Amino acid sequence: MGVLSLIIKREFISKVRNKSFIVMTFVSPLIFVAVAALIGYLSSMKTEVKHIGIHDESGMFVNDFKSNESYKYHDVSKVDPKILKDSVSQANYEGVLFIPAKENLKDYEKAIEYVSEDSPSIGFIADVESKLSDKLMRQNLSSKGIDTVLLDQSKIDVTMHLTKASGEETVKGLNEMKVAIGSAFGYLIMMFIIIYGNMVMRSVIEEKTNRIIEIIVSSIKPVQLMMGKIIGTTFAGILQFVIWAIVGMILLVIANTVFGLNTSTPTTELAMETAKFANVKVYFAEFLKLPLLSMIAYFLIYFIGGYFLYSSLYAAIGAAVDNETDTQQFMFPVIMPLMLGVYIGFFTVMNEPHGTVATIFSMIPFTSPIVMLMRIPFGVPFYQIALSIALLFATFIAIVWVASKIYRVGILMYGKKPTWKELVKWLKY
Amino acid sequence: MTPILEVNNVVKKYGEKTALNNVSLSIPHGSIYGLLGPNGAGKTSLIRIINQITFPDSGEILLDGEKLSPKHVQHIGYMPEERGLYKSMKVGEQALYLAQLKGISKDQAKKQLKYWFEKLEIGDWWNKKIQELSKGMAQKIQFVVTVLHQPKLLIFDEPFSGFDPVNANIIKDEILELKKKGSTIIFSTHRMESVEELCDEIALIHKSNKLLDGSLIDIKKQYRSNTFDLGINTQNKQQLKDFLNAKYQIEDTFFKSLDNELKLSVNLNGKPVNELLQDLIPFGQVTHFSEKIPSINDIFIQTVTNN
Repeated sequence: MGVLSLIIKREFISKVRNKSFIVMTFVSPLIFVAVAALIGYLSSMKTEVKHIGIHDESGMFVNDFKSNESYKYHDVSKVDPKILKDSVSQANYEGVLFIPAKENLKDYEKAIEYVSEDSPSIGFIADVESKLSDKLMRQNLSSKGIDTVLLDQSKIDVTMHLTKASGEETVKGLNEMKVAIGSAFGYLIMMFIIIYGNMVMRSVIEEKTNRIIEIIVSSIKPVQLMMGKIIGTTFAGILQFVIWAIVGMILLVIANTVFGLNTSTPTTELAMETAKFANVKVYFAEFLKLPLLSMIAYFLIYFIGGYFLYSSLYAAIGAAVDNETDTQQFMFPVIMPLMLGVYIGFFTVMNEPHGTVATIFSMIPFTSPIVMLMRIPFGVPFYQIALSIALLFATFIAIVWVASKIYRVGILMYGKKPTWKELVKWLKY
Repeated sequence: MTPILEVNNVVKKYGEKTALNNVSLSIPHGSIYGLLGPNGAGKTSLIRIINQITFPDSGEILLDGEKLSPKHVQHIGYMPEERGLYKSMKVGEQALYLAQLKGISKDQAKKQLKYWFEKLEIGDWWNKKIQELSKGMAQKIQFVVTVLHQPKLLIFDEPFSGFDPVNANIIKDEILELKKKGSTIIFSTHRMESVEELCDEIALIHKSNKLLDGSLIDIKKQYRSNTFDLGINTQNKQQLKDFLNAKYQIEDTFFKSLDNELKLSVNLNGKPVNELLQDLIPFGQVTHFSEKIPSINDIFIQTVTNN
């Protein structure tokens, strides 16, 4: 058996046998499902109905406020405003809307007041404001002799068909799905890098503090040890992910059937289920239309490139320090590009998948595994992908080289808390 | 016979700092070789180069006449000064793993491991983790791990530091037995007196430079001062001293003894030893007579001051 495979095997076994690994592997899906079930349960609970008073001196608006599940509107136009304000502070009403009588419709712009103890939600404010302006606009139109009923009748809703230049038709909702899949892939890579990169780092520190490192490097090359460590940890990580996926799915199914997360009435439930099912069917069909195989292939390529790039940095950090508390100063520059990648993915790629920012960051090797993966579902020209992968792997090789230099010197240094300057000096040893 | 290890003009620098300045050594087969010098002299740097952990800036190293290359790790056993084992790994698995890294097969490693476990009477530790063992027990495992792959060259950096006296003795005996079987052993230490009695050959290293090397006996002969410590029970102490002073160089000295005799350190001044003895006998009973052999420590201090 080759030396490298010996190391990989040892690293894998020592990770998998570790008690905290076993606990993490089997307990986290339980926690995840428990949290999901809790959220499901809480959101299915009926929210408390809020009572809103409408004090409408003009008598123009009060009929436009129709009570619903969340808000019950009361016409309190006859009640003295002072008493109303008291009843707000006594919590009889969540809040009261005061609409004065005005001659000119334009005067309503700044005249309406909402009084409440707690500040109202943004959604509620927007809803009330749009009701009021809509009513005023109609009022305004009628006063100028325009028939608002006719206006409503002449409204035409347009639904655009999205077609690619290649003639292939796309469907609405697909974009959301693309975003979701891209984000899931990008996020997964980030999580994996942080969790298992840390594991690599800890295992390097462990060898240093156990003082076994010098015995090992007298038998093999430090770079072999480093790569063996990274690969062994990767296998352990993949195993953990697979177990999480399987256990998580099983638990979700159990949770769904046992606890019955839907609490709406049977008839509407049935209607909703069929509607949902139809939706799911459409989405599923669209999902299958995505270039799934190539997406998975790209995921693997970027995963390997990105993970190896970062975990060799983690290994170098582990080698440079004596204990985990000393790692902080080196961690920030490693985590920052990862976070940047995810934020750019979430905010820029979603709005403009082929914009300048998204394109540039999908080329930079430290963010490309995340950003490019989020872009790929939207269709990226092949030359861009090829360039980005080439850059990623070139950087990966360079970083492994640099990291192994730091690693080689660092593992034999004790008692010093190195500075960045010193790390650069080590490259020349 | 070619020496087992030849170090030729090795230079190693860390940035501005020179760790080894043109060091050359020759270590004969089957010897116990002492690499001696104070802390920071460059001993560990040299040992790491021999173990191919680091590489020299210039110069070469020959193992059994061949230029040192990765295949040679199999023939070298190394116990570093900073030593330890995987704490949460089982003793047996760990020893097999480390032996396999050295390039020997699992079966061979198992056979050897059984031999050593029986020899050191630690057979029932196989499935124990290192963290469950006492420090002394772990030290035994450390030794076994170093010699398990039957290397022809064994290197011990500060071998007896950290070992309790019982284990140190056991290990000393085992090392002597390995030497009998043909292994060559390098001891590196700054505590020169601790290996003096064991070494056949030594090299003194000081501030990155080799001061001197060669067979211990030759070196000691070279540094012998023809001075003898003597003790004699006599009534005429002053008379004896005056008599000797005329003929030799004498000094008062001290060594432990049971009587309250006259204790002197006498330089022969080129005269034969027996003449001194004959001169002494008429004065009384000689209780002590031994050559003052310079210790490595003395030789070291003398060379450093001379240079």
